[in-house]
Amino acid sequence: MSPAPIVDARAIHKHFGHLHVLRGVDLQVAEKELVFLIGPSGSGKSTLLRCLNRLEEPSAGSVTVDGIDMLDPRTDINKARQRIGMVFQSFNLYPHMTALGNVALALRKVQGLPRADAEAKAQAALERVHLADRADHYPAQLSGGQQQRVAIARAIALEPRVMLFDEPTSALDPELVGGVLAVMRELREDGMTMVVVSHEMGFARAAADRVVFMADGLIVETGPPGEIFANPQHERTRAFISQIERH
Amino acid sequence: MDVFLETFLNWRIVQEAWPILWQGFQATLLLSALVVPLGLAGGVMIALLSTATTPWVRWPLRVWVDTFRALPPLVLLVFIFAGLPFIGLDVGAWGAVAIGFFLNTGAYYGEILRAGIESVPRGQIEAARSTGLTRGQAMAYIVLPQAVRNVLPDLISNTLEVVKLTSIASVVALPELLFQARQAQSVTYNATPIMAAAVAYFVLLWPVVRLLSRLENRQLAGRR
Ligand SMILES: Nc1ncnc2c1ncn2[C@@H]1O[C@H](COP(=O)(O)OP(=O)(O)O)[C@@H](O)[C@H]1O
Ligand SMILES: [Mg+2]
Repeated sequence: MSPAPIVDARAIHKHFGHLHVLRGVDLQVAEKELVFLIGPSGSGKSTLLRCLNRLEEPSAGSVTVDGIDMLDPRTDINKARQRIGMVFQSFNLYPHMTALGNVALALRKVQGLPRADAEAKAQAALERVHLADRADHYPAQLSGGQQQRVAIARAIALEPRVMLFDEPTSALDPELVGGVLAVMRELREDGMTMVVVSHEMGFARAAADRVVFMADGLIVETGPPGEIFANPQHERTRAFISQIERH
Repeated sequence: MDVFLETFLNWRIVQEAWPILWQGFQATLLLSALVVPLGLAGGVMIALLSTATTPWVRWPLRVWVDTFRALPPLVLLVFIFAGLPFIGLDVGAWGAVAIGFFLNTGAYYGEILRAGIESVPRGQIEAARSTGLTRGQAMAYIVLPQAVRNVLPDLISNTLEVVKLTSIASVVALPELLFQARQAQSVTYNATPIMAAAVAYFVLLWPVVRLLSRLENRQLAGRR
């Protein structure tokens, strides 16, 4: 029997008013696995990711991360969230803080580290994304790719067990995509468990263990990248993949 | 011309009225140092409450803010000063002014800060919460600093208005600058003390006005 999955989401439903956005989604992610989540715009990929760290409250279902029941009201959600790093399409760096300040904030205010310790840890995280020399730059002084790497550093500084990426390269100029993907590759090689929403098929082929295709709030098909891309079983998947590959 | 100088710019009168005017100037400073922080505190409270999602908070808050923005501050002040003793509360001139400004100024600062908070993208809060910050921490470290920066010219502009508005405290006989100047005027039968008070207000507020236009120019430049 394989060990318990580190992310275990079951029968997730999400309603926004009359909109039924997630219609019974199951997602299990094993430790050190990289799961790639693809699907048309509006299919519920972001909502699913956000249910995993409870940025959205699922309407029904269960979410367990690293053994913690994320939906139990008795769970200290702020403590639990430190185990789940999240990277957003629009970076969401704090514009009034330097790169170092962005990374150090939660170390100080959530983990309660003294300033010097927090900054040493933040500096180490910036080194992992190859931006040690940009520590005192403000977000506005950094390229989009650098900003996204600072955002990754902000998340990994808390030593999460899982990282969630929501279209991390979609807002970037093409020439800046490679640097962010390279950092994600390194994270993976260091053994990070990752759930990645992205349309970077080359990256999926090279790095993903499993690809999950979503449409209309349901998981349609899941399998290793080679199989899903070369030999999709469902018509929706086929149509989506051929459309993506044309770009 | 001589009559004009004699009546409006009389140096001898300035010297004579100086102690009274100086007291008034100090009282105006003290009053400003009291009501600006009070108004800001009320404003922060209103702005924070306005982020609540339940109608049970939002509706009463709307009524509260609208009421105290619609009531003329002078009317409000007289109402508090003359009205509260009827329900057994004698708060005195300073107390009445403090309450009045908290209500009136707080409503204005509150609306400005609310606009500031709404100008901060949602993604900022989500990023903060995803790292384990509480709602309050996200507000304090991420949202409010950006909100204040985004509406700083409006906050300063409102503060200018508030300092000028402290002159209404003269109607409840609080010895601030205008009240003292009018006292001096009635004693000396000369308008010079009023002129002196005007100069004093100018000296007090001109640096703030300069600061404000520099900020506004910088924001215009930043937008271009
Ligand atoms: N906060 C929200 N309120 C209302 N509708 C939402 C909200 N967030 C997402 N939706 C809707 O849910 C659907 C799925 O959105 P999303 O999860 O962002 O899809 P994807 O990431 O796959 O493009 C869309 O129709 C979107 O408009
Ligand atoms: Mg999305």
